[in-house]
Order: sequence, then C-alpha cells, then structure tokens
Amino acid sequence: MPTDPRYDYALRKPRLPGPVDHTLAEADIDIGVRLGMYRRLHELRQFGKRAHDLFLQNLVKGTTHLSLGMEAVATGFGSAMQPDDYTFATYRGHAHSLARGMELGPAMAELLGRENGILGGKGGSMHLTDVSRGMMGSYAIIGAHLCVANGAAWSAQMRRSGQVAVCFFGDGTTNIGAFHEALNLAKVWDLPVVFVCENNLYMEYTPIDLVTAVPNPAADRASAYGLESIIVDGNDPDDVYLHARSALDRARSGEGPSLIEAVTYRSGGHSRADPGKYRPPSEIEAWRQRDPIPIYHDRLLSLGTPEGDLSAIEREVAEAIDAATEFAKAGAEPGESSLMTEVYADGGSRWRN
Amino acid sequence: MAELSYREAVAFGIAQEMRRDPSLVMLGEDIAAAGGVFKTTVGLLDEFGPARVRDTPISEQAILGAAMGAAMTGVPVIAEVMFSDFIAVCFDMLANEIAKSRYMTNGQVSFPMVVRTANGGGSRFGAQHSQSVENWCMMIPGLKVVAPSNPVDVVGLMAASIRDPDPVVFFEHKSLMATKAAIPDGEILDRLGEAAVVREGSDATIAALALMVPRALEAAELLARDGISAEVIDVRSLVPLDTRTILDSVAKTGRFFTVEENPRLCGWGAEVVSIVGEEAFWDLDGPSVRITTPHIPLPSAAALEDLALPSVDRIHETVLKSVDSGSRI
Repeated sequence: MPTDPRYDYALRKPRLPGPVDHTLAEADIDIGVRLGMYRRLHELRQFGKRAHDLFLQNLVKGTTHLSLGMEAVATGFGSAMQPDDYTFATYRGHAHSLARGMELGPAMAELLGRENGILGGKGGSMHLTDVSRGMMGSYAIIGAHLCVANGAAWSAQMRRSGQVAVCFFGDGTTNIGAFHEALNLAKVWDLPVVFVCENNLYMEYTPIDLVTAVPNPAADRASAYGLESIIVDGNDPDDVYLHARSALDRARSGEGPSLIEAVTYRSGGHSRADPGKYRPPSEIEAWRQRDPIPIYHDRLLSLGTPEGDLSAIEREVAEAIDAATEFAKAGAEPGESSLMTEVYADGGSRWRN
Repeated sequence: MAELSYREAVAFGIAQEMRRDPSLVMLGEDIAAAGGVFKTTVGLLDEFGPARVRDTPISEQAILGAAMGAAMTGVPVIAEVMFSDFIAVCFDMLANEIAKSRYMTNGQVSFPMVVRTANGGGSRFGAQHSQSVENWCMMIPGLKVVAPSNPVDVVGLMAASIRDPDPVVFFEHKSLMATKAAIPDGEILDRLGEAAVVREGSDATIAALALMVPRALEAAELLARDGISAEVIDVRSLVPLDTRTILDSVAKTGRFFTVEENPRLCGWGAEVVSIVGEEAFWDLDGPSVRITTPHIPLPSAAALEDLALPSVDRIHETVLKSVDSGSRI
C-alpha cells in the first residue's frame, strides 16, 4: 500500500506555533491580575501533573483528560470573568473549574472518587461542577453543553442580571451538529455567551485539519453565524485575557455572542490511555518551546517582578497541591448511603410507590 | 365550567401556570405566532408576549439545551418537541444531560422544566411521525414521564408537571386532540404519580395509557355484555409510577392486562407486568397479558395502522378469550 502523507503521521508536516508577541508586555493589564494569572497557570499545571501521577499510582481510576500545555486559555478567561458569570466546560474541565476558584482539595478528592470530593464521588474527573462559583458543569458528550450555555445566557438575559456564560470546547466539537445549532440560536437571540474553542490541533487522536472543511475549525465558521472571526494565541494568558475582556464586555452590554478560537497544544495525549505518538516529534518540540509558563515567567520578570516573588508563588502552589492531595487521600470511600440519592429534587431516587 | 378540547386544554393549562408564575417561559418550533402545529399553544403569544413565548429554529438540541440551561439557573421552562419522534434527534440532551446532571453533581443543580411533545399514532403520518415513545423516556433515571388521556387531566397534570422541580416529559396524544370535556372552574392542580381507576370492575384489571384509555373503556363496555366486569386503570404517569393502585386492583380482580400503544419490546407494560408478577403473583388467577402494537414500525395506510394499534375489538377479544380460558383452568 502506498504511503499517504495525510494518514502517515510520521510524514505529516508539523503544525508549528507562531512567534510570541512580546508587545503584549505593554498591554493594559494590571500587574495584580498578571500575578494572579501566573499563580493560576502554576495551579492548573501542578494540579494536572499531580492528577497524572496519582493515576499512575492507581489512585485516580477511570480516565483523566488533562489540559497540560493549554492552561493559558482557562487562566485568561477565568481572570477576566466576574464572580457570578457562568462557565461550561467539557470532560477536559479541571483547568476551567479551578480557574473559577474551585477548591483544590475537593477537586482532587473527586478524581480519587472520595466522599469529600466536590461531587461526592458521583461525577468524577469528567464532570467537575461547582455551582457556588458559577462553574455550571463539565459535560462529557461533545457538543451538548454549547446548547446548555445558551440556556444559561438566555436566563441571564431574561433576568437582566448582567451575567455572561462562557463555554469552552475543543476543535473536534466544531464538526458536530450541536455546535452549529448553538451558534445560530445564540446569534438569533443575541445571547450573552462567549464560545471558546480550544484548538489544540487534534481531535482526540486525529489531526483536526484531516477531518475539517476549513483550516481554522471555529474561526472560519464564525461568518456563517454573523460573528467576527477571532483567533487568539491560546498559549499566552495576556492575549487570551484581552480578548476575553472585550468579548465579555460586548456580551454584557447586549451586543450578543462571540466565538473565539484559541490555538494551543496539548503537551500530552488525549486521555490517560493515549501516549500521543501520532504527533511529529518536531511539532511537539516546537510547541514545548512555546509552553505558556516559562514565557509568562519571563514576561513578568521583564515587567519588573522580582524572581523571588515568582518562586514564592510556585512554592505556595506546590504546597497547596500537596495539601489537596493529602486531603483527597484522607477522604473515605463513599458509602452506600449516597448511592441512591439526588436522582430527583426530593433528594432520592424513588420512581414508584 | 368551560368545555374544552384536549388541544385547547394544553394552552389553558399552560396559561394558568404562566399567570401564576411570571418567570415561566416557553420555547419551541412554531409555538408562538403559529400557535403550534397542533394548535395547542394558541393565544399564548398574545397574552404573554414574545419574550415568554419564543419561536425557535428547527434545532431540537438547541431547544432542549436552552431549556436546560435556563432551568438550572432558576428560570422554569416549557420546551416543545413538535413530534415525539424527534426526541431521537435530541436524546443526548434528554437522556445524558438533563436526566443525569443532578445525580452527577450530587444535587448541585435542579431542572424545573417540562418537555411537551405530540405522541402517538392514528393520524396516518407513517413511521416517523406516529410513534409512542414514552418507554424511551421511562427507562432513563432522572426523568419523570406523564401522558394524560383527557382534557381535565391535561390541565391538572400540566400544572403538576410545571410545578415539579424535576424534568418532566409530557406526552400529548395527537389522536386525542379533538376530544372534549368540561373543565371545572378555578385553579386545577393534579398530582404526578397517581393512577386513576376510571371504571370499576371485579373480574379483570386493564391498565392503559393516553389514547388506549378510551379504547380500554369501550372494550370494558363490550366485556360487560359478555358478563365480564373489567376494571380500567388510567396509568397517567409512568414515572413516578402508581403501582399501589394497580396492585390493589389485581388483588381484587385476579387478572391483569395492559393496553400499550408502544411497540411490544420493552414497552411500559412489560415493567408493570413484571411488578405484578413479582409482588402480586398469588393474587393472579391466570397469566398477565399485554396487548400492544406489534414489534414493527408504524405503517401509514389507514387500514394497516388500524391493524397495528391495539383496537377496541382486539382488547375486547383478548380479554374475553383470556378470562374464559382462565376460568376453565
């Protein structure tokens, strides 16, 4: 059989990142916000790495979908959002949950399936939710939650609450029907919703360009729904933050939805089961050089932040991750008493008399 | 006391609740300006305005998603799926998202919402616009499932479904739309999970749902002429399921029949028959018998569709034969 470079991943032309935009250092972003984003980047990175380690120790079961390498997207948006805004995420939702302030301990405990998990062990890695912080859920079936985010935005619009719904999803989602239904309705109803496509170049194991009619899976579809085509550097928290701020402002002032494509890269595989061998090594290396954390570290140094302040943040986050791990490990396995609860709003699961 | 058709009762029941709760909204295809393709929402746009009665594109996932997102953020919603067959195109929303999110989040979210849909055969619409799909929804933990058989129940169960804090799938039967009944004055509020004994009898219990209820009642009339006293139960609500009323009736009559419009395999009656078998076995004087549509897609031609759906004659003959043979044992 002749080798076809489209399907022989070793022969595929690597998709390389663009250069870092160093002018972003001059952007109008408060240094307090920037230091907060630096802390968040580390929190998401170290949480993801710890989740991976605990998986290898067989303490996290099932599966995990990590955002390693992609943390700048959740970080930039999380920092730009108001406390009562809504987040909707996918099964790759740890970063987006923590970016809204979900506590590390209950989040980690949920991955371990413990009673002290944020969902009591009923949801697990793919369904992190913390309604008290506007984190309205992580949805594990591609596409649906774009439609649900519309509903939360519609509710905010009807209640005139000023809230915005932000919905994160991957590049693969742009090829399912619900994506198109959701964008159309959001535009027709002028909903205060921001759709954020994290384009990490791979739909699970398949290069997204092999299965998509246009080069930019989200941005090139925007015009079909009367939306501006927006592509941001998903590895630069400042770039994400600036675009997030303006999309959120537009939504809040009644100017309707936005669709933002954040181009980024997964440093690992799709899920726990995937070593990610289908990617050209030169591509992985090029994106490793664009890891958001060292780049942001250097930017903060260039803005005059002392190295000691940054290493203190890293240390504090490491301690918090250790404490969260201990909290999670100390949690009991959930017992039978919770198995049959919370199917219905009366707290139970009774379906007959 | 107003006499209303089943279709008018839908709008009547919704209007009662929209007047009571100014936050209640509805959405669906052709429900506002057109008043619904079955004319079940006529007048609601005029009374409540376009912000509360919203037309949507043909996007069932977007419709149910919008309802879900609104409900989980405190806005009660009624969503319409025009034909129940179309539940298949948004089943992810219903089965995976709306039904399961409360459990998955350990109770962090609630879904005060009703999904109304036109269900059932008899309209010669063929296999994709005639199905009875209540069993599709009954099997999903987290959903409630209601199917009224008459205009008064439409109003009362609609109110109960809207006020219920859980997602309720509300099946309106297409072939009952023209049936009429007197609606009592004042607020009408029924309860989910209560079956109704609509005809008392002592020889056989016949449990039926929606369009099958009037057919079971007609069959019971014929059976009476044969000397068989049949008790007819309108199940009304599949989830929650009132097994008490059914089991009490079987204890009295000793014979049990279901009349189901859904195709035979895994129809709602299979669950009910299994409950009767497990919990009322010693009350039974003969086997439970299910009268259903066969395991086929529904045909379009009137003659064929009539053969497929349980008819008054088929119910009559099946019960008669079964009770006769039982009495000879």
